[in-house]
Amino acid sequence: MREVAVIGVGCTKFGEKWESSFRNLFVEAGALALEDANISGEQIDEIFVGNMSAGRFVEQEHIGALIADYAGLATNNIPATRVEAACASGGLSFKQAYTAVASGMSDIVVAAGVEKMTDVGTEVTTDVLAAAADREWEGIAGVTFPGLYAMIATDYMNRYGLTREQLAQVAVKNHENGAKNPNAQFRKPITLDTVLNSTLVADPLRLFDCSPVTDGAAAVILAPLERAREFTDTPVKVLGCGQASSSIALHDRKDICTLDATVAAGNRAFQMAGVERKDIGFVEVHDCFTIAEICAIEDLGFCKKGEAGKLTEDGQTAIGGKIPINPSGGLKACGHPVGATGVKQVYETVKQLRGDAKGRQIDTEIGMTHNVGGTGATVVCHIFGRV
Amino acid sequence: MSVARFWRKQQNRYNLIGTHCTTCGKYFYPPRAFCPDCRRDGKIVDHQFKGTGKVVTYSIIRSSSGDFKLLTPYVLAIIELDEGSRLTTHLICDIDKVKIGMPVKRVFRKLGEEGSSGAIHYGTKFVPA
Amino acid sequence: MVGIISYGAYIPRYRIKVEEIARVWGANGTEISRGLGVYEKALPDMDEDTITISVEAARAAMARRKIDPVEIGAIYVGSESHPYAVKPSAVTVGEAIGATPVMTAADYEFACKAGTAAIQTSMGLVKSDMVTYSVAIGADVAQGEPGDALEYTAAAGGAAMIIGNKDPIAEINHTCSFTTDTPDFWRRENKPYPRHGGRFTGEPAYFKHVIGASKMMLEKMGTKPSDYNYAVFHQPNGKFPVQAASMLGFTKDQLKAGLAVTYLGNTYSGASMVGLSAVLDVAKPGERIFMTSYGSGSGSDSFDLTVTDVIDSDVFDRNAAPTVSALLADKKLVDYAVYAKHKGKVVMME
Ligand SMILES: CC(C)(COP(=O)(O)OP(=O)(O)OC[C@H]1O[C@@H](n2cnc3c(N)ncnc32)[C@H](O)[C@@H]1OP(=O)(O)O)[C@@H](O)C(=O)NCCC(=O)NCCS
Ligand SMILES: [Zn+2]
Repeated sequence: MREVAVIGVGCTKFGEKWESSFRNLFVEAGALALEDANISGEQIDEIFVGNMSAGRFVEQEHIGALIADYAGLATNNIPATRVEAACASGGLSFKQAYTAVASGMSDIVVAAGVEKMTDVGTEVTTDVLAAAADREWEGIAGVTFPGLYAMIATDYMNRYGLTREQLAQVAVKNHENGAKNPNAQFRKPITLDTVLNSTLVADPLRLFDCSPVTDGAAAVILAPLERAREFTDTPVKVLGCGQASSSIALHDRKDICTLDATVAAGNRAFQMAGVERKDIGFVEVHDCFTIAEICAIEDLGFCKKGEAGKLTEDGQTAIGGKIPINPSGGLKACGHPVGATGVKQVYETVKQLRGDAKGRQIDTEIGMTHNVGGTGATVVCHIFGRV
Repeated sequence: MSVARFWRKQQNRYNLIGTHCTTCGKYFYPPRAFCPDCRRDGKIVDHQFKGTGKVVTYSIIRSSSGDFKLLTPYVLAIIELDEGSRLTTHLICDIDKVKIGMPVKRVFRKLGEEGSSGAIHYGTKFVPA
Repeated sequence: MVGIISYGAYIPRYRIKVEEIARVWGANGTEISRGLGVYEKALPDMDEDTITISVEAARAAMARRKIDPVEIGAIYVGSESHPYAVKPSAVTVGEAIGATPVMTAADYEFACKAGTAAIQTSMGLVKSDMVTYSVAIGADVAQGEPGDALEYTAAAGGAAMIIGNKDPIAEINHTCSFTTDTPDFWRRENKPYPRHGGRFTGEPAYFKHVIGASKMMLEKMGTKPSDYNYAVFHQPNGKFPVQAASMLGFTKDQLKAGLAVTYLGNTYSGASMVGLSAVLDVAKPGERIFMTSYGSGSGSDSFDLTVTDVIDSDVFDRNAAPTVSALLADKKLVDYAVYAKHKGKVVMME
């Protein structure tokens, strides 16, 4: 296997983007990444695009070809593949791109992610997202995604004594980071009271415990490490990659509070990277709901089960803390265009490692991403390092 | 859910018919045709669950869609059946009464319908026992 | 001898007070309640209908007695509110109690007496040895136009009777019917609510048929009202059955056990059947029950039953399912707005 580096990154602003169509979002992010890598379209060998549900959000399938066409690359007959793993589609798209370069199949590869969620109403969105769970045996029972994570939160709070305030602190911290991220959907800091007084969505989770509905796209460009310097002075190397699956339904997990696929994917990534938890300068974790960030910190091995609430309360997950989590603002504040999120996490990590994360910069050599599909049926982790 | 898709699992949904692996003794509801532990060595037979169990965890859904809109707010719960299998259900219960560990039993209810002129889907939900 | 092998009732948990309905229409609730002899009525949850009520009632009957569902050869569901205009409710009941596929089934409609009509059909099949057991169900999520007199009473509930001839808990000594074409109450195809003839539903309709059938029964059996321990009459309100009883010479005491309407309302096809269930909840071996149903349009089915020792024996467990009074006691009162939502009176977009 060849060593692989990220040589360029691009990301649209996240939010309700009424003027942007699905294809415009992708083209915008792709163009930014190309510009960042200082390459032209002809140099690209292959495209992967993560997308959860264009079929239901914009009634469009065959996304690979559409993207290649509107990126102006169909004239070169470029191979283009859509990757789907619900909210982990982006992270998985990156993994496919990484594998393509590492294997020697392709040299310059785009890993993108895109989701256009606001062309349908909240109700339809809720139903589309519920398809990431088991439609046959969870969907029919009336699950919503906030509801599934709320059941994790109920179990967790009951067993580990996590307080409502500790949970709210996750959102407060992420909004604080998001305020410093020009691409974030929400750029205003909030207080504990904002979270605690926000409307209940699925007890015990409130509006400000939830990631929002978001339009957006992100794209990154990968190349063999040995060629990276042709394009950039600040390549970021992929140190480790781990993917894992678990039961599609939450009720079939051995432990409802443990996303065992996170444990497995994390361990695989660490093993491959040959680094330890203490070497990691920050993690972009999949905080689709505040409880998800609590579980992720623990399941990735940064503290024991039951301790992430305290860690958060003590400010150790903020920028400047022991293990900063979600400097981008996370899914909570930066927004969560489901198929794009995993690639946005890579975008943020590269920005951080290059020293380009103005106002929210963490001084470190190594960063990590953690992207979850469904309630943890698919998890993809990557570890990145400066070269 | 389309007519054929629903009908295919109708017996399971009406009568809590799941499966049982006679090789390792595990029970499955929702049914599995393949034991995840024994895989090809597992011998799977149908099993009718008694329909009693207890609440493992729950939430109260305040924002929902489709068939559940009129039922909102409602209790969503994971139930552990006495035989050991777990499932997700709408738990019909006053929203301030639900508790972890609460005993529950099955009832027969409408699960949804395809609009006012479409097929009606029936099946099992749970109530406090 | 042919009789009831087991029985079960089901009443949804939700109730609305007659006074609360009256409040919405600016009527005097206290007066209406007293006039009708009905104080509360049951309404369905949003995921309940005649089929779910029928299944719950049938399962309650199955719970009280070990019956191999495969031996059930017929299921009839009587109702005015079958969820489908075309597609039988009875097949869903059959599937849900494990009686399919070797059985016959059909849905009945004869206004409020479709349930007792199902008992008579079942008796015929059992007596002719065509089936071992037949299940007769009367259930309704009764309709009444908002603001109409019916709205104060139209209620949800039902009961199931398993009919057979091997060791019944109550033998059916005889049944007879009195039927004419009397347009006192009807619902036309595609209309959501029934219409009725006001006071015409009384004397030439309810009373003529209930008294007609009951007198035929007493005559045929050579009995007098005092020979019975209990009497059950169709109960569209609390007044008619009391009046019919006194016209025939039955006492209030004989009526009491089977008069469920007061805090239940009129469950249409379920009404006499739930009344009979309430009697079976308390009846002792050797006691005799008189029952006459009424269905608009019009007809009455009369029954003469004797409770057997089996009801107290090991093969029958009354406590395996809730009694009518237990079902009535487990309730949640709602206001008219919630009632309107439950009854689908709040118009939603599809
Ligand atoms: C939580 C949720 C139900 C809220 O949707 P909604 O009720 O339609 O909210 P609205 O769009 O009406 O927004 C109301 C207000 O709250 C804000 N808002 C919406 N979602 C928000 C969020 N997650 N956090 C903070 N504010 C939010 C809106 O900007 C709006 O503010 P305004 O009044 O100042 O304009 C929805 O965002 C959701 O479903 N999120 C979860 C997404 C998800 O499941 N993703 C997949 C996870 S794997
Ligand atoms: Zn097995």
